Amino acid sequence: MLLEINPLALPDIGLLFWNIVAFIVLFFILKSMAWKPILKAIKAREEGIDEALSKAEKVKTEMAQMASENEALLQKAREERAVLIKDAKEQSDKMIADAKDKAKTEYDRIVADAQIAINQQKNAALVDVKNQVGALVIEISEQILKRELSNKAEQENYIKQLAEEIKLN
Amino acid sequence: MAFRSTKSLLVLSFSILTMLFSKNLLAQDSTHTNTTQPVGAHEAEFNVTETILGHIQDDHSWHLWGHTSLPLPVILYTDKGIECFSSSHLMDEHHHPKAFQGKNYTYQSFKGKIKVVNEDGTINEELSSKVWDFSITKNVAALFISMAILILVFSIVARTYKKRGVTSAPKGLQSFIEPIIIFVRDEVAKPNIGHHYAKYMPFILTIFFVILINNYLGMIPFFPGGTNVSGNIAFTLALALVVFIVVNINGNKSYWEHIFWMPGMNIGMKLFLAPIELIGVLARPISLTIRLFANVTAGHILVLSLICLIFIFKTVFASAISVPFAVFIGLIEVLVAFLQAYIFALLTSMYIGMAIEEHHTAEDHDPHYNED
Repeated sequence: MLLEINPLALPDIGLLFWNIVAFIVLFFILKSMAWKPILKAIKAREEGIDEALSKAEKVKTEMAQMASENEALLQKAREERAVLIKDAKEQSDKMIADAKDKAKTEYDRIVADAQIAINQQKNAALVDVKNQVGALVIEISEQILKRELSNKAEQENYIKQLAEEIKLN
Repeated sequence: MAFRSTKSLLVLSFSILTMLFSKNLLAQDSTHTNTTQPVGAHEAEFNVTETILGHIQDDHSWHLWGHTSLPLPVILYTDKGIECFSSSHLMDEHHHPKAFQGKNYTYQSFKGKIKVVNEDGTINEELSSKVWDFSITKNVAALFISMAILILVFSIVARTYKKRGVTSAPKGLQSFIEPIIIFVRDEVAKPNIGHHYAKYMPFILTIFFVILINNYLGMIPFFPGGTNVSGNIAFTLALALVVFIVVNINGNKSYWEHIFWMPGMNIGMKLFLAPIELIGVLARPISLTIRLFANVTAGHILVLSLICLIFIFKTVFASAISVPFAVFIGLIEVLVAFLQAYIFALLTSMYIGMAIEEHHTAEDHDPHYNED
């Protein structure tokens, strides 16, 4: 036979048997002891890395989004502040103007009242003066009349004197 | 650049030494003719073929050094029952085969094969054919050692994964093994098997690492290497048979349909293609067997032949060329050892991929055995 020419190319039955047995035994030992845990671990790690990477990417975009949101918020806050300041200024201006107006009207009113009071008092004073002048005139006239009856020259003198005394101040 | 200069250096040394040896040979010839002394009675005639084959073939004992051999158990299945004895009984003190009276028959080793001998020392072929040799030979022992190494290495690696968890980077042995496993998964299994690759990963990995470790152990010239496990046709045939069985057990309907009843062809063509496809299926394990066996054995024969040059020329100067060349071939063998493990695993993945592939229509079918 051709195969018997070269002993190298002739598989030995015993060796073949042991090889098959050994391979099958080795396969099951390694499968349960090594391949399953190793492949599982490698897969788990790869999945973990993938997950971590995608998570990092997500966080990055979230951060960017947050930053832009912050920027927008700040901008909005600035605008609001400006509006508030403007409003406050307007209000205060208005308040000042109002106060001024009010003060002016009050002042005007007080002045007018005072004027009225002054006029009243002046009139009263004038009435009083008039009354007093009248009383004085009556008194002086009385006295003149009393003296006239006694001395004519002196009467005149006296009238003169009285008249000087009366001098309206 | 370094490679080119090395090459030219090798060529130079080779040419110089060839000249030296021609002189040497002439000198030897003259001594032979002048002195009528024989080559030496104690020194047996050096037979290159026997030496090389002796190193490549299986043996019942494991030669360690000089006259020291490791005896291995011989297990014989005879028609009168199983018989076990140490292989040291088959050798005399000079390491020549001698007859051993077992329980059932008298045995003697002839060129590594155990035969039943008659009382006058001749081979009894009739009885020998009834004796089945299931001995733990050198190759079987080496296979067991490689198994032990694999189990040890991978259990350590698996334990490291358990201990260090999956969140930390690989370390030590784990970081050496992991890239190889990922290479097998991503370059061999995934692209060739397809979606269901995970189911076959343990099988592909076992095949790959068994071949790899035996290829590398075979390159170590001393114990526990020094064997030729992956260059033995029984080893490659065993693997190829396992692959053949796994592939055909997992073959789906469309796989068998494409072999026996090619869709999209007329009846005549179908009948014509069926035997061709069947031969293709049967040729796969044969090609797997021969490829690995031939590649590894060829490497061993090359290295051994180069070393044998020293003994052929009977001068130590021959080592000046044979050793660098043997080193060079050895380096190629390092590559080939990995390459053959890769090719075997790759072809296995391809065969499995073909067997479990889903063909949806007859039109998208392509000729699917185009290996080699």
